[in-house]
Amino acid sequence: MTAILFYVFAALAVGSAVVVVGQRNPIYSAFGLIVTLCALSAIFGLLGSPFIAVLQVVVYAGAIMVLFLFVLMLLGVKPEDRPSGGTLKAVAVALVAALGLQMGAVLVGAARPPLASFDASTRAVAHVLFSAPYLYVFEATSILILAALVGSIVLARREP
Amino acid sequence: MRPDLVPPALILSLVLFALGALGVFLRRNVITVFMCVELMLNAVNLAFIAFSRSLGTLDGQVLVFFVLTVAAAEAAVGLAIIIALQRGQDTLDLDAFNLLKW
Repeated sequence: MTAILFYVFAALAVGSAVVVVGQRNPIYSAFGLIVTLCALSAIFGLLGSPFIAVLQVVVYAGAIMVLFLFVLMLLGVKPEDRPSGGTLKAVAVALVAALGLQMGAVLVGAARPPLASFDASTRAVAHVLFSAPYLYVFEATSILILAALVGSIVLARREP
Repeated sequence: MRPDLVPPALILSLVLFALGALGVFLRRNVITVFMCVELMLNAVNLAFIAFSRSLGTLDGQVLVFFVLTVAAAEAAVGLAIIIALQRGQDTLDLDAFNLLKW
């Protein structure tokens, strides 16, 4: 059952990722990306990570994609009027194929059989997140968020 | 016996990352390229989760948490830059932005 669900959501994720990459209209790309993110959230859940699965929907599919759609609507949506050249396409496909082969060799060689017991509940993740090495990173993250907040306001402000 | 989902998850992560990289090369709209970068970030998150499951440690989960926060900050700043760029050039075509100013 888990395996069937996994493959259903994996097919959904890949199909909508193809929509993201293949569409000329950025709105369709954005909706494809939302479907990809939700399917990935389900896959995180199937891999035994409920905390990250919920975070994925709330932060990515919720906050970040709403921001993307908001900016798309604000700037006005125009589909791309000219396609990419044939040479560029060939070079891009060759580069990505090389990258994929390289990554595939590394990733498949690195996989190990999973352990029988695996506890990634919110409580367990919070214990790791709020203890020694990661606690400082967590505090630094709050400064990063503040800097991003101030920076985006300054950048998007109309010149006085 | 639960099926071992880690190798297929790694393959899925690889496919999504490659698709995102292809989109970064082929798309002309700045926002679409930005969305393809988000797709690549998510593929990496999937690899983190799969390895966390495979190794039985929670460090992968915590790293995904940080990737999510940095991605949120990056999206906010990136979209602000895109708004500023569009104000100067009145286009979203990547080839129009060939100067380090707006």
